[in-house]
Amino acid sequence: MNVPSEHLFFLSAGLFSLGVLGFLVRRNVIVTLMCVELMLNAANLAFLAASRMHSTPESLDVQGPVFSIFVITVAAAEAAVGLALVIALYRLKQSVETDSASEMKG
Amino acid sequence: MQYELVLLTFLPLLGALAIVFTPKGAERLQRLAALATTLVVAALGVRLFLAYGDSASDPGRFLFELPWFSLPSSYGADTAVNFKLGLDGVSLLMVTLTAVLMPIVILSTWGHVHKRVKEFMVWMLVMQTGMLGTFLALDLVLFYFFWEISLIPLYFLIGIWGGERRLYATVKFFLYTLAGSLVMMVAIIWILWTRGTSDVFELINILCRAPLEEQLWLFVAFALAFGIKVPLLPFHTWLPDAHTEAPTSGSVVLAGVLLKMGTYGLVRFCIHMLPGAAIEAAPVMMALGAIGILYGALLAWAQDDLKRLIACSSVSHLGYVVLGLFALTPAGINGGMLQMVNHGISTGLLFLLVGMVYERRHSRALDAFGGVAVAMPLFALFWVITTLSSVGLPGLNGFVGEYLVLVGAFQASPLWAIVGLSGVIFGAVYMLMATRRMLFGALDKPENRELTDLNAREIGLMLPLVVLVVWLGVSPNTFMAKTQPSIELVNLRIAEARRAALAGLDAAPTAPATQREESAR
Amino acid sequence: MPPSPSHAWLWWIPLLPLIGSVLCGALHLATLSARKRDPQAKGPAGLAPLIACAAMAGALALAVKGLFDLRALDAAARILNSTSWEWITVGDPRQPWFEVDLRLVLDPLSSTLGLVITGVGLLIHIYASGYMKGDAGYAKFFAYLNLFVFAMLMLVLSSSLLGVFVGWEGVGLCSYLLIGFWYEKGWPAEAAQKAFITNRVGDACFLIGSFLLLRLFGTLDMHEIVARMGADFRLDAVSDDVKLNIALAALFLFGGCCGKSAQMPLFTWLPDAMAGPTPVSALIHAATMVTSGIYLVVRLNPLFASSPAVMTLISGVGVATALIGGSTALVQRDIKKVLAYSTVSQLGYMFLGLGTGAFGAAVFHLVTHAFFKALLFLGAGSVIHGMHEEQDMHKMGGLRKHMPQTFATFLAGAAALSGLPLMSGFFSKDEIIAHTFNSGGVYYAFWIVGGLTAAMTAYYTWRMVALTFFGPERFDHHHVHPHESPAVMTVPLMVLAVLSVFGGVLGLPPVFHVAHVLNDWLAPVVAPGVAILNQLHPHEHLSHATEWVLLGLGAAVALAFAHTGFRTYSAGPEPDLAIGRGAPGVAAFLGDAWSIDSAYSRVVILPLRVFAFVVRFIVDQVVIDGLVNGAGSLAKNFALRARGMASGQLDAYALWMGGGAAVISLWWMWS
Repeated sequence: MNVPSEHLFFLSAGLFSLGVLGFLVRRNVIVTLMCVELMLNAANLAFLAASRMHSTPESLDVQGPVFSIFVITVAAAEAAVGLALVIALYRLKQSVETDSASEMKG
Repeated sequence: MQYELVLLTFLPLLGALAIVFTPKGAERLQRLAALATTLVVAALGVRLFLAYGDSASDPGRFLFELPWFSLPSSYGADTAVNFKLGLDGVSLLMVTLTAVLMPIVILSTWGHVHKRVKEFMVWMLVMQTGMLGTFLALDLVLFYFFWEISLIPLYFLIGIWGGERRLYATVKFFLYTLAGSLVMMVAIIWILWTRGTSDVFELINILCRAPLEEQLWLFVAFALAFGIKVPLLPFHTWLPDAHTEAPTSGSVVLAGVLLKMGTYGLVRFCIHMLPGAAIEAAPVMMALGAIGILYGALLAWAQDDLKRLIACSSVSHLGYVVLGLFALTPAGINGGMLQMVNHGISTGLLFLLVGMVYERRHSRALDAFGGVAVAMPLFALFWVITTLSSVGLPGLNGFVGEYLVLVGAFQASPLWAIVGLSGVIFGAVYMLMATRRMLFGALDKPENRELTDLNAREIGLMLPLVVLVVWLGVSPNTFMAKTQPSIELVNLRIAEARRAALAGLDAAPTAPATQREESAR
Repeated sequence: MPPSPSHAWLWWIPLLPLIGSVLCGALHLATLSARKRDPQAKGPAGLAPLIACAAMAGALALAVKGLFDLRALDAAARILNSTSWEWITVGDPRQPWFEVDLRLVLDPLSSTLGLVITGVGLLIHIYASGYMKGDAGYAKFFAYLNLFVFAMLMLVLSSSLLGVFVGWEGVGLCSYLLIGFWYEKGWPAEAAQKAFITNRVGDACFLIGSFLLLRLFGTLDMHEIVARMGADFRLDAVSDDVKLNIALAALFLFGGCCGKSAQMPLFTWLPDAMAGPTPVSALIHAATMVTSGIYLVVRLNPLFASSPAVMTLISGVGVATALIGGSTALVQRDIKKVLAYSTVSQLGYMFLGLGTGAFGAAVFHLVTHAFFKALLFLGAGSVIHGMHEEQDMHKMGGLRKHMPQTFATFLAGAAALSGLPLMSGFFSKDEIIAHTFNSGGVYYAFWIVGGLTAAMTAYYTWRMVALTFFGPERFDHHHVHPHESPAVMTVPLMVLAVLSVFGGVLGLPPVFHVAHVLNDWLAPVVAPGVAILNQLHPHEHLSHATEWVLLGLGAAVALAFAHTGFRTYSAGPEPDLAIGRGAPGVAAFLGDAWSIDSAYSRVVILPLRVFAFVVRFIVDQVVIDGLVNGAGSLAKNFALRARGMASGQLDAYALWMGGGAAVISLWWMWS
């Protein structure tokens, strides 16, 4: 069945909004990182949907998927760094709450 | 001959560097090194003064120019900023005063600077470089550079070696002056961006043709910075605090030279460079000057701290300078320039004397004294001579400048001249009141009975200034004659701008007014 | 520029006293350092009077030489110019915008005054060498005294108004220094300060007058100004605007004269100036400095003559001052205060004369007044000296037996002051009164007040003589032993007495059919003013009959009131106490010079002082500094609040980041 591209954009927007909301609201740092991943993947979806929109049966648009691969790579690196920071934070503060550390206040 | 100017400007800096490398604790060496440096600079300054003739006859002699860097501009080519130092009649007296005053200031520190002598001397010498550079700079960016440099040493001098409220006073002074300077910087950037040159003499020829509105905005920006420095009412409140809390030598330099950087800037930039705006703004400036005379005098009368009284008297005296300069008449401008020197000498002397009495008595309150003339007759003699100079007794320096200012102002605006004339009366009121409370009357307080009179060092450092007081009063022409040709150029500019204003244009004719201008470049 | 040759020697007239002053100053400094080593040392101070008197004698000799040189010249061209000295030059020296050249000019007026200054001055110097003996500041005194003479000579000899001003302020300075000479006592310093500041108010008016003159004539050279208003000047050919400016200039210059010559309303400093040593009172506050105002008006006579309103004002102020001074002197107990108020009163007479156009008469009265007032002051000083610094007349009495020479000379001075017939004061005062009578209109009122004041003058003068020299001896014989003063003090008294008695020959009235020496001598100087006055309202001279009547009336009034005053007080000060009991309000009002001084304190000085405090505490501290500090605290408060943004909380940062990103993307999309 043919899923119209607009639906893909809606999905992407929805996922992105969920990601932003989660990023801003959730207290657990790991969950926040997961929300960031969600945002990145929503962006990926948007790229692929756009690529699908632009490609014709004769020439397949490869820019979308290529960019997606870049994004996935960056996401992976960022996830690694982020989780390392979480572990460092836990070692320091024995907690993974976002409001456990406010040494930079003032 | 060209290198003399560079030597004059940077010798104090070299001296400061040398002092930095002296061992810690070698106080005597540091003091003598500073004294020696400033004496050499004074000798150079005096030599320059004596050698100075009309710059039109030999323009290259008092000029030093080196290319420096360039800034982008909308004018076409990039703006070239040059390292240009030059001496002309407008800056001559101030340069000489700065050079000659510093050894006296250093000599006075023997009595009141006892801790961290090394840093003190270093900062003093750096400040001298800054001041000399400000007067000698003929490039706009260079001028701003030196202008800002002279702020920092004074910040430290007041902040470290000052009185009880020194931190408040020095921060207030620094931020206030800096705020004005930043406004000036905006104006400078505008000029560099739109006119493509940073050379002061070129700009003097270019900006007089600028539209009046532009001239006025630039004038306001420059006048704000200089007005804060002068200090012009109502931007004067930093001065009493800074003067009162500063150590004696700091006060002397502040009153003697630093305040004149503001009035020098008014002449060089606001009047000479922007004559159309100067003519428009003259009534306001004259009003501020005249009211400042009266205001400063009343303020001084109400004080009971001796040093603060003299600081307020500075506000009053510099009102004369501004009144004279913005009368925009030859007598007024000459009077204003002469008063710049006169005020430096007489108020410098007053601060020195106050410092001497403070070193002995550790109090500046007028009530702490009374009858001191009986214990210290020589001090009383110097004090009375200085008071008379400050009050404008004919035969001493204050009168010539004061009279020229008032004559010039009367030609421009009888109203403000008469308001300024009140300074003649009220100046005598507060100075004589202070003199009487301090020197005369019965010597009733026991602490005052043991006061020792002036020693040889103190007499020695005041004597050159007293000689100048009398010399300037009896024969002012010796000094004024050298400044005349340059001031004539200013007069010509103003006359041109007035003609243009009358003719309904807001730009002056394109050709320079006389041959002399061409050769002065 | 005048075509006559330049006489450089004229400069020595004022310079000799200046050199004397510097030398005496050096002697004083040497004495101070000698005293540092040994507090009892006398040092070289004793040489000071010799140097000072030598300088004065030299100046007098030169003034006399000048007199003879002038007399040798033709009457119309009696003028000697000195070499010129460029003091201030603004602009190109060949074509200056403004220049002041100092030049000394000897003409009949300045030579007359120069002779008075140097002659009477020399006598007072000699007297002072005895009076001030033993004082700690002996050399300093002579330094100041010589400096004063230098300034006064500059005042009368300068050709430029600014040169006059140099002398004008210079004498003010010396007055300040000398009034406050004994500053350790406290009140002399206050009196000195008051004198200087009151003079300064007059000086400010002087300066305004000089600006107006400069604007009118383009020069401050008085001789040039007078020449321009001279023979060819027609007042009706001048525009109203110029006439107004001339009147304003005259008015402001007169304001300066009021300050220096102690006229209403600026006279309150003169009685306080009695705190200074008596020779100072004699020289400065009787004979010379206070006469500067009269000199200025006579010098610039055409300027003043051009403005009838100002002339009437001058006369009015003069006669009012004369009345106030005279009435106040009636109730004074301090002998010097009587003389001080008397001086104020007599100066008023001089201005009365000036206002009527009788310039010569005013100068005549100036000269005779210098003689007899200096004599009276020096005599009073002799009395005070002999009475061990007692100045209250109620504690004197019967001194004529103890101090015969002082007494005799004092009588001569008193006779002259009160205007007893044939004394010098009689002729000079009568001339002024005659001119006042002759002027008509409102001057009749002035004449009446002037006559009333003459009566008072005779009364208080002989009251003073009676209380001091006659009657029972009211001093404590155990502690006070009055004695005659040494010769160095009495000889000048005798010389002045001769001058006071016979000085009248300088100005005998026309009814005597003898030439009026002084008027003839001064004629070329006052001619321009007299010519203008004749243009304005020519009037004939008094008939001989009227003159005899006025002379007789004046003599009668003087004799009558002198006699009354003497008789009332010859038995002692009881009448004073009676007045004090019977009319205490009147006595207090008169005694305090019509309460003018206290009015000043309340109406002028106090409000100004309050205003100064308002400026300091409210305008400066609260308003202006409030703004400055307010800006500072505004920045600080803002920073404090903004600091709250850096909470250290990750979510807050996340929120800001997200919000910022949203705003930027929206702006980018919409622009």
